[in-house]
Amino acid sequence: MGIAHQDGTRAGSTTARTILRAAALITALLAAAPFVAACGSDDEAQVQRDQLIVATTTSLNDSGLLEDVVLPAYAAVEPDVTVKVIAAGSGEAIAMGAKGEADVLLVHSPADEEQFMTDGHGTLRLPFAYNYFAIVGPADDPAGVAESATAAEAFSAIAEKQAAFVSRGDESGTNKKELKIWEAAGVEPQGDWYLSTGQGMGESLRVASEKQAYTLTDLGTFLSQAASLDLKALFTKSDDLKNVYDVILVNQNEFATVNAAAAERLAQLLVSAEGQESIGAYGVDEYGEPLFKPYAGSLGAY
Amino acid sequence: MQTIWEGFVEALRLLFGGDGAIYEIAARSLAVSGLALAIALVLGVPLGGLLAMARFRGRRTMVAGVNTGMAAPPVVVGLLVSLFLTRNGPFGDLRLLYTTWAMVIAQVVIALPIVIGLSLAALQQLDVGLRQQIAALGAGRLQAFVLQLREIRVALLATVMAAFGAIISEVGAVMMVGGNIRGQTQVLTGAIVQETRIGRFSVAIALAIILMALAFSANFVLTVVQQRGRRQA
Repeated sequence: MGIAHQDGTRAGSTTARTILRAAALITALLAAAPFVAACGSDDEAQVQRDQLIVATTTSLNDSGLLEDVVLPAYAAVEPDVTVKVIAAGSGEAIAMGAKGEADVLLVHSPADEEQFMTDGHGTLRLPFAYNYFAIVGPADDPAGVAESATAAEAFSAIAEKQAAFVSRGDESGTNKKELKIWEAAGVEPQGDWYLSTGQGMGESLRVASEKQAYTLTDLGTFLSQAASLDLKALFTKSDDLKNVYDVILVNQNEFATVNAAAAERLAQLLVSAEGQESIGAYGVDEYGEPLFKPYAGSLGAY
Repeated sequence: MQTIWEGFVEALRLLFGGDGAIYEIAARSLAVSGLALAIALVLGVPLGGLLAMARFRGRRTMVAGVNTGMAAPPVVVGLLVSLFLTRNGPFGDLRLLYTTWAMVIAQVVIALPIVIGLSLAALQQLDVGLRQQIAALGAGRLQAFVLQLREIRVALLATVMAAFGAIISEVGAVMMVGGNIRGQTQVLTGAIVQETRIGRFSVAIALAIILMALAFSANFVLTVVQQRGRRQA
């Protein structure tokens, strides 16, 4: 499930909340539609200094990096700030930032991020980690993905075989990357073999495992779930699969409610020497390789 | 506020512009929940009758179980159904997880306790004298059961609507066992969640209007029939 708050109320109740909100929205609409235009705006804009809202791509959250490494380190330097993590696709996280609903973004969708900065919604954008996307699929690899030279070639092979492929279909960073690879392969993916879940990476991997389908995933999420999946990482570490994570500070001049000070501290922490070291060490004990590699200081190096 | 208004207008355009995808999702919702409801009724009403009329050891425990089941959180049902249907689970060979069949199964599991519980309650409220009268007239067990169902027909209709309302509006279990696959297993509730997340509010509103319309029509039919039953009484 895409959105998950860090405070333990995950999938179910959050989904219920989403529905409740949708229901409330509709009810309000039906009752108040004629008066909507007359409604005033809220002028209670004020910074809540003891709260930091982090909108993040699901992969950083689902892999455990935030919970296990970043948040404890942040709590050590900012004990009085309550961090609220909204884990969504990068697309949604960036949309939250553009509405001033988050203080800081942790995302991996380069084109959307550039647009975000161009539109003036962000004050600073720094890469802090990278890893590679991976094409995972059934161990017998019916489309012969493992022998490909590039991700685009692998995708062409899948489309030609009409082998089942699971797409996130949720406009997340991974979904955007996937669509880019299809474009590079010159394939317009559609048909019974192309399964679009509209859900997070975890759920999409489950669907791929059950259907013995291929999918594009960030390596971190895949490794953290691999034990319960009948899937194998078949193709990875080609240049067209590089996956860079950026931290973006939302513009406090555009949105008065943005807690810029607390957001800045998080960015500092992520790119600091200690922060980079612990990011690079995360997952080594459990998976034999780091889930994310440090990337600070390589601004603009995509 | 402007987003809401624009979303609403765009939603109406989608609804009346005949956007095929939206109606396809609605049709799938109806098909899945309709089939699940039918199965739950066929199984649940006789079971409710059995629990109401028969006397056997463990009956009270079973009634308590049914009543608990009526409040079973759909996500728990989703978890259980997933565990049974997953590739490495007991029924993994059927390859049912992330198909519409898995969604039907989950919805039957959600609806069944509601159907059993409400039909049981309605049957138990029947006058004992009536039951004795039916027996005295020489009716067989099955015949007696059918006659009693006639007596509780309004309550049965309420049962149908309650069960339908529970499953058509349910989102946790169908997304867990269906996978929300576009064009294959996506139903109204899952689509609303997804479109809201992505920020395509107009589509979400259009879908929500359909879902509300379905729920409203079900309740409207129920109310009409109930009121008619009252006049006759």
